[in-house]
Amino acid sequence: MTYAPSPAAVLRIERTIALYPEKPAALLPVLHVIQEESGFISREAEVWVAAKLAIPPIQVGEVLSFYGMLRRAPGGRHTIRVCRNLSCHLAGAEDLLAFIGRSLGIGPGETTPDGAFTLVTAECLGNCDRAPCLQIDGLDQGPVSRESAAALIEELKAHD
Amino acid sequence: MIENGLALLPHDDRSWRLEDYLARGGYEAARKAITAMTPEAVVDEVGRAVLRGRGGAGFPAGMKWGFVPRGAAGPKYLCVNADEGEPGTFKDRLILMRAPHRLLEGMLVAAYAVGIPKAFIYVRGEYARIAVRLEEAIDEARAAGFLGPSVFGTAFGLEVVVHLGAGAYICGEETALLESLEGRRGQPRVKPPFPATVGLFRSPTVVNNVETLASLPGILGRGADWFRERGVPGDGGTRLFSVSGAVRRPGVYELPVGTSLRTIIESHAGGPPEGRTIKAVVPGGLSAPVLKPEELDVPMDFDSLAGAGSMLGSAGIVVISDRTPILDVLHVTARFYADESCGKCTPCRIGTRWILKIVERLRAAGGGPEDLDLVVRLAEGIRGKTLCPLGEGAALPIRALVTRFRDELERAVAR
Repeated sequence: MTYAPSPAAVLRIERTIALYPEKPAALLPVLHVIQEESGFISREAEVWVAAKLAIPPIQVGEVLSFYGMLRRAPGGRHTIRVCRNLSCHLAGAEDLLAFIGRSLGIGPGETTPDGAFTLVTAECLGNCDRAPCLQIDGLDQGPVSRESAAALIEELKAHD
Repeated sequence: MIENGLALLPHDDRSWRLEDYLARGGYEAARKAITAMTPEAVVDEVGRAVLRGRGGAGFPAGMKWGFVPRGAAGPKYLCVNADEGEPGTFKDRLILMRAPHRLLEGMLVAAYAVGIPKAFIYVRGEYARIAVRLEEAIDEARAAGFLGPSVFGTAFGLEVVVHLGAGAYICGEETALLESLEGRRGQPRVKPPFPATVGLFRSPTVVNNVETLASLPGILGRGADWFRERGVPGDGGTRLFSVSGAVRRPGVYELPVGTSLRTIIESHAGGPPEGRTIKAVVPGGLSAPVLKPEELDVPMDFDSLAGAGSMLGSAGIVVISDRTPILDVLHVTARFYADESCGKCTPCRIGTRWILKIVERLRAAGGGPEDLDLVVRLAEGIRGKTLCPLGEGAALPIRALVTRFRDELERAVAR
């Protein structure tokens, strides 16, 4: 199967590439565009991006395996990123992470069978005055209690 | 915040916008620099302000610019380090959210001083939603003629591109940031050459932290003396101290450099909550060795913290109370560096993981003093043997936790 981004994504990608004096520099932003549209970067997409930026496919692979926010396999429709660094740890992040895991029936790094949620841990999200904090689809939440976490998950389920 | 050296305002929906920023005197300092001063005069003014880099290393900003070859042919770049990842630090987030134009104005000053026409703002992937606002601010500034081919109607122009990272702590290290920006793994480069001579796309490049740049309008607008006198000799100005952990009022406090750690924690952040006492304090982000309660009178400037055996770093203060086991703090710290070591230098790659394995074993099954000795030995084995400061940043806090809380740890791991 070959990969082809939507015309809208292609337009965004072309505009992005034009911002840089050298094409390969657009790699991370282009991968962001593709992941936003497809949810992950497939093998076929890797090859497509490599050709687009005139770099070897292995360079795309190296980058994908290095950066924690890029996905090579499909994830859930919603991603919950729970911070577990020091400030959040002091505010009960371990308990929060375990609670969310139990609520969803999955552990960190896993996706619910219905494809709704992926749960991941994060290192410091830079929101330490609102610890314990997390991000849902990139949106900051904090401080998060068991109750507010349950409410956030219910809200997402209701609109999923 | 007791003063507004950085012109930060209480959060509301409008105060970050250009119109409000202009009403507060925004872009006047950059206008003065670009329309009425020579680049050399700007560099000189910033040099006299003794502005030390706010990202962690504390290198004097004026001096860093001075290393860029003057008048050389070919492109030059400004890279803004908005990869705020040092655990316990959340000040650049505040600037990006509440005062994005302050950053843009500072970038204008820096770019004009060094003769740079193009800038990239490297924003950590976790701040993607914040980057959206930054893009809006850039659009506002461009529409007003403050960015683009002709800034304030002069021959000086500046184009700004926001570049989003994708979740790697190491990219806060300046050469790793450049590698990442060029489309590769964020692994540090061998220095020298330093970015000032061979940086982004092999061209002379200035890499400055968000807060460093946001300090420039104050220096140009009110003068180097005004800025320098707020701090201490050798470290001028005010800083944004991020305070979190066991305090009543966590937050970002803008205070003069040299304010004592105790004053920041007790007078500003309200001290520990009722019924708790302070056991340890991380004074400058997770990489800074912990201090004990009897050491909190240290002035928060680069040289004083170094004298106390720690570092000011990113000025991220994390207060640890008597209720938190140090073994937990050691575990969180060891896990972080093992996860974030980029893998390029063997002592860091292997050392951080080995330390984590030992700490995990101690937590699960206990151990003896010899295990703690081994952790210290491994930390020593990383120090001074890596290309970038991540190795040092892992080794020093781990060693400090083990050596300074040795008694507690020995009791905690005793089988």
